Amino acid sequence: MAEHKSVEQDGDRVPTVVAEELHIVYRVNGTKAGKGSATSALSRIIRRGEERGVRKVHAVRGVSFVAYRGEAIGLIGSNGSGKSTLLRAIAGLLPAESGRVYTGGQPSLLGVNAALMNDLTGERNVILGGLAMGMTREQIRERYQEIVDFSGINDKGDFITLPMRTYSSGMAARLRFSIAAAKDHDVLMIDEALATGDAAFRKRSEERIRELRKEAGTVFLVSHNNKSIRDTCDRVLWLERGELRMDGPTEEVLQEYEKFTGK
Amino acid sequence: MRIPKTKVFPLVSETTHDGTVAPSATALPAEGLTAAQLASKYGLTVSGARPSLVEYVRQLWARRHFILAFSRAKLTAQYSQAKLGQLWQVATPLLNAAVYFFIFGMILKANRGLSHDVYIPFLVTGVFVFTFTQSSVMVGVRAISGNLGLVRALHFPRASLPISFALQQLQQLLYSLIVLFAVATAFGSYPDLSWLLIVPALALQFLFNTGLALVFARAGSATPDLAQLMPFVLRTWMYASGVMFSIPIFLADKPQWLANVLQWNPAAIYMDLMRFALIDGYGAENLPDHVWAVAVLWAVCLAIGGFIYFWKAEERYGRG
Repeated sequence: MAEHKSVEQDGDRVPTVVAEELHIVYRVNGTKAGKGSATSALSRIIRRGEERGVRKVHAVRGVSFVAYRGEAIGLIGSNGSGKSTLLRAIAGLLPAESGRVYTGGQPSLLGVNAALMNDLTGERNVILGGLAMGMTREQIRERYQEIVDFSGINDKGDFITLPMRTYSSGMAARLRFSIAAAKDHDVLMIDEALATGDAAFRKRSEERIRELRKEAGTVFLVSHNNKSIRDTCDRVLWLERGELRMDGPTEEVLQEYEKFTGK
Repeated sequence: MRIPKTKVFPLVSETTHDGTVAPSATALPAEGLTAAQLASKYGLTVSGARPSLVEYVRQLWARRHFILAFSRAKLTAQYSQAKLGQLWQVATPLLNAAVYFFIFGMILKANRGLSHDVYIPFLVTGVFVFTFTQSSVMVGVRAISGNLGLVRALHFPRASLPISFALQQLQQLLYSLIVLFAVATAFGSYPDLSWLLIVPALALQFLFNTGLALVFARAGSATPDLAQLMPFVLRTWMYASGVMFSIPIFLADKPQWLANVLQWNPAAIYMDLMRFALIDGYGAENLPDHVWAVAVLWAVCLAIGGFIYFWKAEERYGRG
């Protein structure tokens, strides 16, 4: 997998992401004491303790690593181990509690779901999603047909002019992926995007991800599918309970991980 | 390429689930440099750091198409499931005006000191103009806290959201203006040159509202409870601003400064300017002193102050 990138020599590998002692803490309101009744909430406010009714969830605990240009890095770990949180922190979308992430270029998450609106037509969502990702109007106009064709939305009739809420979940997922994958990225992060749509679309999207990988400096992939990690990544970070448990070549880490999960 | 040697880390903190920061023993792997040194050597920058104010304005300008498209999409999505569709953009303010006319014009007869022909457009203008500010505040409160998914998925200057929502309210008001023009004409105030004053009045109010939305977007992202509290604050503000009554007439026997203070409040200022522009029988004697200067002052202070206040917390939005 890494063969075509072996041009750079040991000595002058260029780091693209440096994470240093990264800690991420989520704060959740109204879950601490009592059962969320009004009186317990009131007493929490009145007591004014150190944290009034705020529960902290320490999602990432002191993760440090350096990623280099040309690497494709898989993130694995059981559910809730902090993989997606770590990605968001690297992308600079989630503020760190302590520690820092340094990046070259703008890391971006592959995904526009949040910007799309179910009540709008697919057509308008393509434009809105593109603008939200920072594409210009001209870029969107150029790629519009490509995006629609790639999604295959119009294969079964003129669906692109219907509101997205009328789409089946598979169709909507395909359109979302097609919009997200239309842009080139410096540091690309993919959060289980491979598992959308039917077999034919999955094949197409894997191809597109390989293309994006070639264009991007560094790729991060979060997946529970060990096969797709083996297919695309040459290095794996294994997170467990927010801590970095293992960091190394794909095969080595995956073997340990599979032992751990009891496969 | 050389793959770094596998590193295995022991799980330090099986038991630290109370949120304390567990010390981790990992040193940084590369070349004996600290992270900061390594980063500066290769020109890496801190991810998610707040840009300078000038850079921020530049980024925001680059996103202007997104801001506009997002506000229009929100507006369209609002009524897309209704049978009458976009007709509700006009029908909703029309029904609103009808309700207020019925209660205040027919039942309560609150038109003390104003003729019927002045009072009805006076009331409807007040309701629409105040609603513009009111809803800008309410969407501002939810602009960040209600769109965390978006904030955590994509990069863009976060001010795009409150500005976009304020813009959505402006477009909503433009639909209401159609109704307002009809009401004014129906009660004998015909279109003339003074109607042109609506443009600067609206522009100033929009600036003011955007500033307000920015302020409340930051406040609401830190304290989402504001979404519950603000309706009461806003209702109090509405009753104090003379939406349904004329402040100078109601306070005729009170000291002049009291009427001045109430009339210089931004909501009253923008309502009065709009009424003055629109209604024939509502002359300059109803306006407080220095009305345009005060209107500009409020707009500029809030827009600039609110923008800077919002920008100061840029890197912290999205936590929660």
